[in-house]
Amino acid sequence: MIKNKKQIDEIISKFIGKKGSLIPLMQEIQNIERYLSIDTMRYLSEKSGVKLAEIYGVATFYTMFKLKPQGKHIVRICKGTACHVSGANSIARSLKQELNLKDNEDTTKDGLFTIMEVACLGCCSLAPVIMIDDNTYGKLTPDSVVDILKKYN
Amino acid sequence: MSFTIKVGLASCGRAAGAVEVYEAIDKYLSKNKIKAELKKTACIGMCFSEPLVEFVAEDGSSITYGKVKPVEIPELIKQFNNRSPIKNNIILSNHLKGSENTNLNNQVRIALRNCGNINPESLDDYLANKGYQSLEKVLNEMSQEEVIEEIKKSGLRGRGGAGFPTGLKWSFALQAENKKKYVVCNADEGDPGAFMDRSVLEGDPHSIIEGMAICAYAIGADEGYIYCRAEYPLAIKHLKKAIKDAESAGYLGHKILGKNFSFKVHIKEGAGAFVCGEETALMASIEGQRGMPRIRPPFPATSGLWGKPTNINNVETLANIAWIILNGSAEYSKFGTEKSKGTKVFALAGKIKNSGLIEVPMGMPLRNVIYDVGGGMLTDKPFKAVQLGGPSGGCIPEKLLDTIVDYDSITKTGAIMGSGGMVVMDTSTCMVDVAKFFLNFTQNESCGKCTFCRIGTKRMLEILTRITEGKGKMEDIDTLENLAENIIKGSLCGLGQTAPNPVLTTLRYFRDEYIEHIMNKKCPAGVCTSLIKFEVIEDKCVGCTACARKCPVNCISGEVKKIHKIDQDKCIKCGVCLETCKFDAIKKS
Ligand SMILES: Cc1cc2nc3c(=O)[nH]c(=O)nc-3n(C[C@H](O)[C@H](O)[C@H](O)COP(=O)(O)O)c2cc1C
Ligand code: FES
Repeated sequence: MIKNKKQIDEIISKFIGKKGSLIPLMQEIQNIERYLSIDTMRYLSEKSGVKLAEIYGVATFYTMFKLKPQGKHIVRICKGTACHVSGANSIARSLKQELNLKDNEDTTKDGLFTIMEVACLGCCSLAPVIMIDDNTYGKLTPDSVVDILKKYN
Repeated sequence: MSFTIKVGLASCGRAAGAVEVYEAIDKYLSKNKIKAELKKTACIGMCFSEPLVEFVAEDGSSITYGKVKPVEIPELIKQFNNRSPIKNNIILSNHLKGSENTNLNNQVRIALRNCGNINPESLDDYLANKGYQSLEKVLNEMSQEEVIEEIKKSGLRGRGGAGFPTGLKWSFALQAENKKKYVVCNADEGDPGAFMDRSVLEGDPHSIIEGMAICAYAIGADEGYIYCRAEYPLAIKHLKKAIKDAESAGYLGHKILGKNFSFKVHIKEGAGAFVCGEETALMASIEGQRGMPRIRPPFPATSGLWGKPTNINNVETLANIAWIILNGSAEYSKFGTEKSKGTKVFALAGKIKNSGLIEVPMGMPLRNVIYDVGGGMLTDKPFKAVQLGGPSGGCIPEKLLDTIVDYDSITKTGAIMGSGGMVVMDTSTCMVDVAKFFLNFTQNESCGKCTFCRIGTKRMLEILTRITEGKGKMEDIDTLENLAENIIKGSLCGLGQTAPNPVLTTLRYFRDEYIEHIMNKKCPAGVCTSLIKFEVIEDKCVGCTACARKCPVNCISGEVKKIHKIDQDKCIKCGVCLETCKFDAIKKS
């Protein structure tokens, strides 16, 4: 089932026929759905006439597209060079421990947080850096990052 | 008395709390009915002391404070009115007393000329700083060929990594015959550790638009795209506003400045793929496909976006254009070396004091960049290496610090100039780990088209992982070198062709460290977690509980005044206990 059918229809009609619009189209759909389910992609394919394989190919190629439901807050852990040499791994390990996430898990059981690793948030001078939703936090330590998490619920 | 207060509100400033500072100033000014103009600017480059607040008096003299806290605002404003700067703050420059801040002293700011000085959301501010005068000049006075000749003479080379001469590139696009041509600005900035493009986009978006418009005129294009990575929301916001304002004012759109030249610009947001910074992949991505590089030729200049002639340049390259047109190519080529003219922006990060953005003339020795402009090492741990060029680059050791920054000299070391990210490393960095880090990156980002790049990097990564876990063999080093050679030969695009560079340079300059990991199962820098262990030295532990309280994963147990113990299975090896202990009772081995 697709929840936001009406909004999706509007987005599709806004882009239809415009060259090079597949990626922004999918980005906008993801913005309202929070992820791209296989049903959504199938629907998009039927509506737009773009092959499902192509849509799926694009969705899996770009890290920005999510194929699984996402947590309420997105925690981006910077694993760029500057953050790496300033201890990003310890930050990540500490976050995962605090959120009770095993090696391959990225979303907490209560659906509050999804963590992802990104390469450089452009604030290297404040390394190590994480971004929670649209807020950037810098100069972190393994224990300060735990305190920051507590601000979110 | 009226004066101006500028607050740097770029991403770096915001992350350090600049928004709160801005709001505190705003509140204080209106509450006390003080007549001062409060202005939002972007990043001046001194990111290490954000939030930054600059006070500018009517006569133009100014003073900048770093690491400002909201509570200090009333005092700072009072002090400025009385003209006696307070001492307990880091004052970065004190023009009133005539002593200038050294960080900006050794710099020559061309690409960054407006960053941190103007309000990036104000077209008027840009215009007041000679904005769009170059566009007017080319449209009124110069032929297409003359523009290209001027850029050629300036010696400007592409700042996106490869350093291809910009004027020459433009001339190819001009020669391509087609009614439809495109100009693309590459704002994908994928190199982790580089943030100069972000800073220019956030701090001076009109200079990019002007550069693109001049390029469009020179090659005969009427449409342009800015491909910006989605991780830069503020840059995208400022760009959108700038495009709208430029359209309203007639600097973009139909018949610009009344001349027979039309140009419109679109923004495309990236979707998170490093390889999309490669020009042919980038264009595939704009077209809505998976971003996979293709064989060149044909080059974009003959067949680019939707098969039309396309000129693609990097953000920093374009930021130089308007300045060159206005000040003349001779003025630009005054700076730099024989084959690398002008200035280059570097993003200083890692274990360096003045981390941030700097712009220096080409030809400056690395040592001066790091120790004079960059202020030297962050802590008292000694310098070990500087990483240049990101995942395509390499690590340059102490003994090569007198290498000058220009394309050819850097390439000789095995690194590359790249986009200008400089990550400084001290002895707490493990070079095998760094090599593994970059390979992990390229391995993840390989689009999978070429076998060597896809599988070869994977094999190299497995070997490196093995070495960092203490399971390496001496033959592994030969295998690494062998694989590296083949990946370089067997890859289509720059990603694969340069992916082995971080491994090759670390093997060249830090081979001992590899051998130490393999033969003695030791990580000299104490980074590789499988090879290190934190333990309590029982004789020294007084049972103060400090470490147990600080440990982020609660793996230290022990009662007050009793000896503590670290649970090795739960320990994440973050080292917080070691830093916390005042009795030197934690040992890392
Ligand atoms: C894997 C790969 C990634 C690249 N990433 C970028 C990038 O993020 N930004 C950029 O400007 N150029 C990047 N380039 C270089 C571009 O292909 C191209 O050379 C550049 O945009 C040309 O502009 P310039 O001549 O102004 O430097 C990349 C190249 C490769 C092979
Ligand atoms: S490396 Fe983390 S913000 Fe750049």
